[in-house]
Amino acid sequence: MGALDFSTILRGDHLASLGSSLVTMLELTALTWLLAMAVGIVLALIRMSPSVWLQRMVAVYVEYHQNVPMLVQIFLWYFGISTFLPKDVQQWLNRHGSEFFFAFISVGLAMGAYVSEALRSGIRSIAQSQIEAARALGLSYFQSFRLVVLPQALRIALPTLISHAVLLFKNTSLAMTIGVAELTYVTREIENESFRTVEIYLVATVIYLAFSLAIMSLGSSIERRARTPGR
Amino acid sequence: MTDILAILRDYGLLLLVGQFPNGPMGGLAITIALSIGGIALAFPLGVVLALGRISRFAVLAWPATVVVYVARGVPLIMFIFWMYYFLPVATGRPVSGLTTMLVTLVVYQAAYIAEIVRAGIEGLPRGQMEASRSLGMSYLQTMRKVILPQALYNMVPTLLSQFISTIKETSLGYVIGVNELTFAANQINTTLLTKPFQVFAILAAIYFALCFSLTLMARQLERRISARRAGLGSQSGAATTPRPQIITE
Repeated sequence: MGALDFSTILRGDHLASLGSSLVTMLELTALTWLLAMAVGIVLALIRMSPSVWLQRMVAVYVEYHQNVPMLVQIFLWYFGISTFLPKDVQQWLNRHGSEFFFAFISVGLAMGAYVSEALRSGIRSIAQSQIEAARALGLSYFQSFRLVVLPQALRIALPTLISHAVLLFKNTSLAMTIGVAELTYVTREIENESFRTVEIYLVATVIYLAFSLAIMSLGSSIERRARTPGR
Repeated sequence: MTDILAILRDYGLLLLVGQFPNGPMGGLAITIALSIGGIALAFPLGVVLALGRISRFAVLAWPATVVVYVARGVPLIMFIFWMYYFLPVATGRPVSGLTTMLVTLVVYQAAYIAEIVRAGIEGLPRGQMEASRSLGMSYLQTMRKVILPQALYNMVPTLLSQFISTIKETSLGYVIGVNELTFAANQINTTLLTKPFQVFAILAAIYFALCFSLTLMARQLERRISARRAGLGSQSGAATTPRPQIITE
């Protein structure tokens, strides 16, 4: 195998594409995380509603997204559901990077299901009497959710939400299968061009690990700071 | 709908068993075989890693901790590519995609199982260990006869959901051409070309049927086990329920 030689891969074109793949990876992670959090909060709110039918619909959504592999969901969106879009929209998407868009949609919607479950168990651990008290004090349904329930539920759900964030970050690597030029995709590309397999895999692995550990430690510092005294 | 039935009629067998018996086994059969093999081999390795993680000796604790964190921080797809490159180099002969995937799943799942087992062990009251040590049992005897049997029993539902994760993870075998379910569906999609939605909807439905029924089973087991523990708890001063914060795809 010989000694490791990083000089060919960390130079010129290879370094440039590695850099842009990092940007793509981080953009995809950030946007997808925002979508997942938004979907998760909305679903958790619907699950609290008194309507049994709404609750069941959310349950179906959650079960589907948790019991089908992420890769299959990405394929279904990218190859399948995309064909039902109007022709104009399809063409516009193809010009503006439809791979990125469908990776964002599919991973975001799926992780939204996981987020909603984490929030739901957070919400369930808050006493019903708190909501009643908030309502009795004159807060509306949404106000008591936003001001009383959600802040506490988020704190309780925080450890789970952090591992979901790491999971979401790792899952963005699956976007390579539909051709999004994120880190794993570009790693394979550089490997094919430079034959420096060990070196480029090491670089990618260290980058992934560094970001995952950063998310984990950022999460636990937020957790320490947000902890309610006395709980 | 008629499209879906037609696809199932023409290609159902390919999805289930691949080209078998006229060719290699594939499809759902390989997906299930990979998952069972992966989790069965990962389990003992996971227990060993867990014992390493909680060991007082840094020589044992450090490597186990590193393995666990690397698996938790690096995408599975990177592990697959590493193994795909590394296994032939290490063994000096060509290694099939199936073997590569199996080895990857074993290593990756072992790290997650280790965290589950560790949470299970740490969820038991300390008095258990102290009592059996003072009865004259060695550390390993205590682990084998007192701690692990209880911890593993409590962990059965979580281990079952880990099995479900493994099933979903086998779909990544597609990227190195393992002849499993997702690969078979892609073959069909390439042959038909005009029915991508129907093909991938069938694929999603098969995974859903398999994983969701296992999910229901895991929940049922969880209810039964916690009921039993609640019963035991009132007599013997209850263990706290271990709830590991570990989630895989």
